[in-house]
Amino acid sequence: MIPELGHLAVILALALSGAGAALGLVGAGLGRSAWMRAAASAVWGQLLFMALGFAALVYAFLVDDFSVAYVAQNSNSLLPWQYKISAVWGAHEGSLLLWTLIMGLWMAAVAACSGRLPLGFLARSLGVLCLLNGGFLSFLLLTSNPFERLLPLPPADGADLNPLLQDFGLIVHPPMLYAGYVGLAVPFAFAVAALLSRQLDSAWARWSRPWTNVAWAFLTLGIALGSWWAYYELGWGGWWFWDPVENASFMPWLAATALLHSLAASEKRGAFKSWTLLLALTAFSLSLLGAFIVRSGVLTSVHAFAVDPTRGLFILAFLALVVGGALALFGVRGGAAWSAVRHGLFSRETFLLLNNLLLVVALAVVLLGTLYPLAYEAATGGDKISIGPPWFNRFFTPLMLVAAAALGVGPFVGWKRSNLRRLGRRLLACFAVSAGLALLVGLLLGESLSLGGAGALLLGLWIVATQGADLLRRRRLGGASTPLAYWGMSLAHLGFAVSLLGVALTHELSVEKDVRLAPGETFVQAGVSFRFEGVVEASGPNYRAQRGLFEVDDGGRHLQLAPEKRRYLAGGSVMTEAAIDPGLFKDIYVSLGESLDGGDWAVRIHIKPFVRWIWLGALLMAFGGTLAVADRRYRRLALRFAPGRRGLAGRPAGAGTAA
Amino acid sequence: MRPALFAPLALFAVVLAIGYIGFQLEDPQRLPSALLGKPFPAFAAPRLDGGSGALVRREDLLGSPVLVNVWATWCPTCRAEHDELLRIHAAAPTLRIIGVNYKDDAAKARRWLRAYGDPYEFNLVDLDGALGVELGVYGAPETFLLNPEGEVVFKQVGAVTSDIWRQELAPRLAAMGMRVDDGAELPEVGAAPPSAALEADVPA
Repeated sequence: MIPELGHLAVILALALSGAGAALGLVGAGLGRSAWMRAAASAVWGQLLFMALGFAALVYAFLVDDFSVAYVAQNSNSLLPWQYKISAVWGAHEGSLLLWTLIMGLWMAAVAACSGRLPLGFLARSLGVLCLLNGGFLSFLLLTSNPFERLLPLPPADGADLNPLLQDFGLIVHPPMLYAGYVGLAVPFAFAVAALLSRQLDSAWARWSRPWTNVAWAFLTLGIALGSWWAYYELGWGGWWFWDPVENASFMPWLAATALLHSLAASEKRGAFKSWTLLLALTAFSLSLLGAFIVRSGVLTSVHAFAVDPTRGLFILAFLALVVGGALALFGVRGGAAWSAVRHGLFSRETFLLLNNLLLVVALAVVLLGTLYPLAYEAATGGDKISIGPPWFNRFFTPLMLVAAAALGVGPFVGWKRSNLRRLGRRLLACFAVSAGLALLVGLLLGESLSLGGAGALLLGLWIVATQGADLLRRRRLGGASTPLAYWGMSLAHLGFAVSLLGVALTHELSVEKDVRLAPGETFVQAGVSFRFEGVVEASGPNYRAQRGLFEVDDGGRHLQLAPEKRRYLAGGSVMTEAAIDPGLFKDIYVSLGESLDGGDWAVRIHIKPFVRWIWLGALLMAFGGTLAVADRRYRRLALRFAPGRRGLAGRPAGAGTAA
Repeated sequence: MRPALFAPLALFAVVLAIGYIGFQLEDPQRLPSALLGKPFPAFAAPRLDGGSGALVRREDLLGSPVLVNVWATWCPTCRAEHDELLRIHAAAPTLRIIGVNYKDDAAKARRWLRAYGDPYEFNLVDLDGALGVELGVYGAPETFLLNPEGEVVFKQVGAVTSDIWRQELAPRLAAMGMRVDDGAELPEVGAAPPSAALEADVPA
C-alpha cells in the first residue's frame, strides 16, 4: 500500500510541475500576476509530494518490502539499516527519485529566497524549473518506476546492495553530487528567464551568483567525496581515473567554475554578458549530458547492467529539447546582451577572461576525451579505441599550471586597469617569497622532484604567497571591513593551491609496491616497516572476510593495519577493503591481493604523502564558495534592489571582490 | 541577430548526433554480431601453462583457422560444452582450438583440464576479464571461429553443441579447405556432462 501511495505522490508532483510551468511561463507572458504568484505554490506542492514519494521508498527499504522490485534488487534483510537508507539511491530508479527530490528542494529554495526579484522574472525562472522537473518526473514514471511490484511471487530475500556501495562515502556522495548537478538548474533557469524577459542587464548576474556558488560548492564536495571513495574503496590506491563517469561530473564543474568567475565580471562591470549567459546554459547542459552518459550506459562497457534503450533515448530527446531549446533562444535573443566594455590589458577583466579561456579549453579537452571514443565508434561503425589517463594528463596538467600562475596575479589587478609598476613590484616580492618557500619545502622533503613537480610546488606556494600578500594589503588599507565575499574568494583560491600541492606531491613522492609476503616476514619501504602476521578469518553483519594483520612501524610510531578481502553472503561478490593509516602528511595504505602458494599473500603497499591535501583543498574551495554567499552584500542588495539599475556596483564594500 | 550566437547550438547538434549514433551502436541487441566479419582485436595475454613465458598476441593466431573458446571453471555450461570440444579436436586435429580462461582461478583451471581432458592447443589467462571486454563477451561460454587472416567468421554465444558443429562450424572449416573427419568417436574422459541449460552463464 505504502509504495502505491509513493507512486501516486510522484504522479501528483508531475501534475503540479506541469501546472507550475504553465502558470509561470504563460502567466508571465500574459502579464497575469495571480498566475505568476500561483507558480510558487505549485513549487511547494511538488516539494511536498516528492518528499512523500521519497519517504515511501525509504519506508519500503526499512521494512524489507521485497515485493517492490527495486528493494528486492538492491537490499537484503541482513543489510545494516544505514545502508538500507542509502540503498534507496544505490541504483538507477532510486537515484532518479533522489534527483527529483533535490530538484524540489532547490525550486522551493528559489521560491522562498527570491521574494524581492521582479515577479515576471521569478515566475519565468520557476516555470523553467518546473518544466525541467516535469521532464525528470516523466522520465522516472515512464522508464524507471522505483515502486514497481514483483507480484504475485515476491522473493524471500533481496539480492543485496552492491558491496562497493556499502560504505559511508557512498551514503553522502550521490546526494552531494546531485545537489550540485541540479543546483546548476537555477542559474540555467535564471539565464533562460533573463532571455525570455529581455532583462539582460547585469542584475540577473547578481541574482545568479549566490545560487551558482552554492551549487558549485555542492558539486565540488560531491566530486571530492567520489574521489576519496575511489581511493579507499576500490583498492587501487588511485584517486582519479579519468573514467567517463568521473568526467561526467567534472565537466559541469569546470563550466560552473568558469561561470562563477565570469558572473563576477558581468555583475561588476557588465562585461562578457552574453558569454556568461552561454556558460550558465552550458553548465547545466553538461549536468544533463553527464546524466545521459551515466544513465544510458552509452559510454560504459557492454557489461553495464540494466542498459535499457528506452532510457537513453528518452534522455537524449529531453536533452535535445531542453538544451537545444535554450541554445536556440540564446541564438535569437543573446545578441541583446552583447556588450563592449573597455578595459586595459592588465585589468581584472583580462584575468577573468584568461581564467575562462583556460577552464573552457580544459573542459573541451575532457569533453573531447570522453566523447571521442564514442564518435570514433560511430564513424567507423563499431571499432573501439580508448583514451586513457596519459592523454588527459598531458593536456590538462599544463592548463592547470598556467591557471595557477595567472591565479596568483588575478587578485592584485583592479577592474579596468592597474598601475603596472606597483603591480610588478608586488608580484616580484611575492615570487621571491614563494621561491624561497618552495626551496625550503623541497629541502625539508629531502627528495628530488621532477621539473614539473617542482614547478607545481612553486606555483602552489605562489598562490599562497599572493593571496596572503593581498589579504595583508587589504587589512592595512581597510581595517576590519574585509567582506565575507573576499574571504570566501581567498579561501577557495587557497583551496585550489592546497589541491594542486596535494596532486603534485602525491604524484611525485608516492611509493607503490606489490610484494609477496609470507607470514612473519617484514618488508621495509621508505622508512616504514611492515611485518605481516598472517591472515585470519573474520565475519561482519553480511559478509565473511579474510583479514590480513600487519604490524607497522613508522619511524617509532607503532600501528596495526588490517586490510580485508570480503565475500558478501547474498551476492557472493568479493571486495577488497584496504587498510589506511591517514595522516596530514602521509597515508600508509595496505591492501590484500591474492592468496599465493604456501600461505604467502600478494600484498599491495602504498605510501602516499600529501594525498589528503587533494580533498582538503576541495573542502576549502567548497567552504569558500559558501562563505561568499553569506556576504552582507547579497542581503543588502536584495533589499535595495531596483530593476535595471547598475548604480549599486561601485560601492566600496563590494568593490574588488571577484568570486 | 548575430549568426555567431548560433554556433553553440550547431556544436550541440553535433554532440547530440554523436550521442544518438553511439547509442544505436551500443544497443545490446546488436552486439552479438559486433565482431562478425571484423578482424579479431589485437591483444596480448599470458598462457595458462606459462609456455615460453612470452605473451600471446593476435599475430600468433594467424595462418590457419582457429577456434577461440571462452570458458571458466565456475560455468556449468562450459562443463557441458567441454566434451563437444574434445570431440571436435578428435574430428579435426589440425584445427587450432585456443581457450580463453575467463575471470577464473588458474589452479582450478589446470585441475579441470587434467580431470576432463584438454582439447586446447593452449589457454590464455584473462583474470580480470579485460580480453573479454575487447571481445564483447557477455559471459562464458562464447566461441569465435577465425579464418587464417584472423577475421571472425562465426560467433557462438552459449555452448557449442554437435548441431552447431555440424551446421555452422564444420561447413565453414571445409570451405576454408580443412579436412574434417566427422566419424570421430568421443574420447572417454571425465564424467558425463551435467544436463545444464545450454545458455551462457554470467560470472558470479
